[in-house]
Amino acid sequence: MKKLSARRRHPLAAVVVLLLALAATGGLYAAFAPAGKAQADETAQSLAIEEGKKLYTVGCASCHGTGGQGTTDGPSLVGVGSAAVDFQVGTGRMPAQQPGAQVPEKKVIYSQAEIDQLAAYIASLGAGPITPTEKQYSPDGADIARGGDLFRTNCAQCHNFTGAGGALTHGKYAPPLNDVSPKHIYEAMQTGPQNMPSFPDTTMPEQEKKDIIAYIRTVNDDRTATPGGFALGGVGPVSEGLFGWIFGLGSLIAVAVWVAAHTAKAKKS
Amino acid sequence: MSTTTASDANRKAPAGERVADWADGRLGIYSLAKANMRKIFPDHWSFMLGEICLYSFLIIILTGVYLTLFFHPSMNEIEYHGSYVPMHGIRMTEAYASTLDISFDVRGGLLIRQIHHWAAVVFLAGMFVHMMRVFFTGAFRKPREINWLFGFLLFVLGMFTGFTGYSLPDDLLSGTGVRFTQGAILSMPIVGTYISMFLFGGEFPGHDIIARFYSIHILLLPGIMLGLVVAHLILVFYHKHTQFPGPGRTNKNVVGMPLLPVYMAKAGGFFFLVFGVIAVISALFTINPIWTMGPYRPDQVSTGAQPDWYMGFAEGLVRVMPGWEINLWGHTLVLGVLIPLVVFGVMLAAIALYPFIESWITGDKREHHLLDRPRNAPTRTALGVAWVTAYMIMLVGGGNDIFATHFHLSINSITWFVRIFFFLGPVIAFIVTKRICLGLQRRDKDKVLHGRESGIIKRLPHGEFVEIHEPLSQAQLHALTAHEQYTPAEIGPSVDENGVERKPSRTEKLRAKLSKGYYGEGNQIPKASVEEYKEITSGHGHH
Repeated sequence: MKKLSARRRHPLAAVVVLLLALAATGGLYAAFAPAGKAQADETAQSLAIEEGKKLYTVGCASCHGTGGQGTTDGPSLVGVGSAAVDFQVGTGRMPAQQPGAQVPEKKVIYSQAEIDQLAAYIASLGAGPITPTEKQYSPDGADIARGGDLFRTNCAQCHNFTGAGGALTHGKYAPPLNDVSPKHIYEAMQTGPQNMPSFPDTTMPEQEKKDIIAYIRTVNDDRTATPGGFALGGVGPVSEGLFGWIFGLGSLIAVAVWVAAHTAKAKKS
Repeated sequence: MSTTTASDANRKAPAGERVADWADGRLGIYSLAKANMRKIFPDHWSFMLGEICLYSFLIIILTGVYLTLFFHPSMNEIEYHGSYVPMHGIRMTEAYASTLDISFDVRGGLLIRQIHHWAAVVFLAGMFVHMMRVFFTGAFRKPREINWLFGFLLFVLGMFTGFTGYSLPDDLLSGTGVRFTQGAILSMPIVGTYISMFLFGGEFPGHDIIARFYSIHILLLPGIMLGLVVAHLILVFYHKHTQFPGPGRTNKNVVGMPLLPVYMAKAGGFFFLVFGVIAVISALFTINPIWTMGPYRPDQVSTGAQPDWYMGFAEGLVRVMPGWEINLWGHTLVLGVLIPLVVFGVMLAAIALYPFIESWITGDKREHHLLDRPRNAPTRTALGVAWVTAYMIMLVGGGNDIFATHFHLSINSITWFVRIFFFLGPVIAFIVTKRICLGLQRRDKDKVLHGRESGIIKRLPHGEFVEIHEPLSQAQLHALTAHEQYTPAEIGPSVDENGVERKPSRTEKLRAKLSKGYYGEGNQIPKASVEEYKEITSGHGHH
């Protein structure tokens, strides 16, 4: 201390103090300043964030908190990214109607423009997965067979062979994938909504996501050909067995009753 | 057949007769046909359930032969380049690739595959219902116990033929089932590991299992089944068919129509009807779309992986069983799989051995050719319904995930429901069924004594309203009172022939107790006696 005190009158002391002060201020600024994207000063972007915040305050804040920090009723939205918002709101899951095992898909109540504004606001709270562009999720030219292999390895455990859906514990479920748009499938893989694990680009590159989307579009879509006839829900032997009992054996018993009722008569009555 | 007279003795016999003569000279078919052509069969729709099974079995054999022409039971890996685009370039076994070819490239292949599979589903369901018909009408009683066992064996062999059959395509769904089976085998203490290694030719999945299942599926099991079917039918001929009680029907006759021409025409026509119905279903509804499932790989699995329905109750047993295990001296006993395996065997054995248990309890050693109406054997009927209840509850357990997603329920709640009601359900079913049977017996008695409620209300001169009861016809009265009612077996005399006190054995006591449960007071309603009937119909005390 004595040493330091003795040099306080040194001609360079002021310079050193100034340097220290600058480093501290800069360090603190770097540590606490919001992410760079939020700083972008494009007028359109800040307008979207502004509008999104208004929508958020009306429709989302009651559960997720006024600043997206989360409450006991809803998780924090800081860092979930615009892709998560686009998926959750774009499939009607958010805003949620009631608490339960899982928030179901339902009618979408926001327009795409409003969803984009909400997404912009949430993205401004912290960096996260960004809403994909059509070039990213479009299944055109993807490898369907490879997608099928990836699907069976990563998705079929919960979503069934072709994405007909399946049950999870305590009333939760993996939803069927037949009417989900490629964009939403991509976002779901990217963000891992609800009980789904997320598959970021580091574990599943963009091309593999495209392949999977192409496979789902091929085998489980309204336009998918079912060469065997009606698919009976595509959920496997349970529905087949039920059908075989009721319509297979059932109609054969009806035929048997008919045959037994029409017999040769000993004498005409 | 034409009769020849002296005047046209020189005329050549018709061609048909000559062919028949030629055949008879070599096969002796006249006497065989003569003895059986006029064989009488009673008419009832439920007697045709067995026919449904027979015909679907024939359809399975016919279509199966076609499938063997194109199927390669090999586990060699190849790269697929057939016409199903979503599998292009995927590595798969020849078994799976050839099943894809049958489905997409072989003419009529997919239709034949679907007929084969739908017929199998119907075959097993038909056998189940046929077995229940025989059970609930008491048709398994002497002299038909052996035939009951033949039928039971056909059902069990049918289950395993079905299992080996749907495993052949080597798709992801059936491969999961084979893995399940291997797990069940491994759970057997001491021998499990050895059996698994022998069956799979080493570690799972190995390169042999499909070829082995193929031999079992197309040769071993169907061969045994075909033999059993023949034996089953010979015994039906030999014992003659049972019939429901009715006027003119006794334990010593069969009332119905002759085999030729009536039943030949009916049965022949019915075969085509069965084939037609199954073909229509197969043309319209997909079964086991293996192309959507992908080839089997031990590192992949899908949700909704169930076996066909006839293996569903085994699946249910394993699904709802808690995953208990015991570690003893460095060995693991996987009770979570072993107990379901044992229960599976016990449930099947219980229904197989029931005829012998019942005849021991009743001590009835006579022949029975007249069927029971289920209500007239309340304890048997209740036991049967209890068994079916346990079976059906396990089917729900086997499909718990499908029930969960389609009825928006929690899979855990369903599992707990199944766990509890596997034990509770049969008890409730037993009590309720027995009550219903006794109620129906009371109603029968009431109908015999007081006639049928006509719905016509009459007002008497003094103002009272009465409903007119129409007396039953003689035939109806007979049908409602023809059944025999047993008295419960008693424990033998407490002293033997020398006057020495004798202690009744424990089995004797058990038998008397069970017999009371079958025929004791409150377990059957005494049917209307002739005296009761006369007293009421003579006019005294009748309104």
